[in-house]
Amino acid sequence: MAAGQVVQQIIARTQKELLVEWLQNQAADGASRPDLMKESELRDQCKEFLALIQEAASTSGLDHVSGSAWASVREFLNGISRTRAVQGFSPAETATFVFSLKKPLFMRLRQEIGDAQTLADELWATSTLIDKLGLYTTEVYQKAREEVISRQQQELLELSTPVVSLWKDILALPLIGTLDSARTQVVMESLLHKIVETGAAIAIIDITGVPTVDTLVAQHLLKTVAAARLMGADCIISGIRPQIAQTIVHLGVDLSSVSTKATLADAFLVALKRTQSSLPQSSPPKSSNG
Amino acid sequence: MDRIPIPKMGSFLLVTIQVDMHDQLALRLQDDLTARIVAAKARGVLIDISSLEIVDSFIGRMISNIAGMARVLDAETVVVGMQPAVAITLVELGLSLEGVRTALNVDKGMLLLQRSLEDPEAEQ
Repeated sequence: MAAGQVVQQIIARTQKELLVEWLQNQAADGASRPDLMKESELRDQCKEFLALIQEAASTSGLDHVSGSAWASVREFLNGISRTRAVQGFSPAETATFVFSLKKPLFMRLRQEIGDAQTLADELWATSTLIDKLGLYTTEVYQKAREEVISRQQQELLELSTPVVSLWKDILALPLIGTLDSARTQVVMESLLHKIVETGAAIAIIDITGVPTVDTLVAQHLLKTVAAARLMGADCIISGIRPQIAQTIVHLGVDLSSVSTKATLADAFLVALKRTQSSLPQSSPPKSSNG
Repeated sequence: MDRIPIPKMGSFLLVTIQVDMHDQLALRLQDDLTARIVAAKARGVLIDISSLEIVDSFIGRMISNIAGMARVLDAETVVVGMQPAVAITLVELGLSLEGVRTALNVDKGMLLLQRSLEDPEAEQ
């Protein structure tokens, strides 16, 4: 008799008892979280899982977990891990869902098989199977978490770079968070597209929400200003906090090519003046009004 | 060989770049434009690059050079209608076209030229 057949028979025969013991085990191990998942739901999941294992084991044995016969089991675990990652289960709790099946299975095996040699073989086969399934669960869990993180990163990137229209021909770009190259790229693109869209003549870049300004951040800012200028829009940098002003000077960053203001209000006033004074004919050259 | 037409409007010259600039074309434009500024006694040049979608460092330098030459010949140059992607590329290439006036579209560029003619003191 090939190793694993006994297990499969046990699962087929004593599914109900196994289910009860497994659930008890899960509760004892702290894997079931009544605050996150209803007990009836957990019971349904366990039941389905046992049924799937039994079906897979009867078709291809316990050895080929990565084979096609076990595809439905893997898919099921996939779904479970993913939802649990989202629901807030810890990785250990998610893996314990599978691992806590070991104890009831081992107990049954011990009761069924008298011969030590066979028992050892069966235990080994079962243990390997559960380990593989548990590891698979953890892997999927990890993957789901990574997906969540990367999605959040992406959302953060888009969320944190709004370009708002303050007035006719005046745009504001309140920057929040650190400016790295990737964000600068996004900021630059959204600013330039907004300039084309609105035909704005002045863009106010507000850096109140930028925690630190080092040479790299300053360079990124200057790049954005230069790109906006190439499109025919003037930039004003506002929201420079006292510490940041000190850092900028200490670092020797040259911001003299850009007009800077302490607050967004000041910058807005300047912008208003520039655009309004260009309504009549004479004005400073760059502030035009289409 | 194709060349970029340079029509005259009042005392301004219009250069509309509607094809992809290759190096030879850029060099030829440089020749034509300088000759035309002198011949037409132009006071301003408006370069519309709104259909230019690809730039390299050479074309970027060329635009900057043309503006510089026009200035020497006492004609104000305004580059108008740069695409966002082109602007980003030029900045990343380290060419921010210092000293070249820019405007968002032809309308604004014309206003800019007219104003600088009326009021030379307001020039930067």
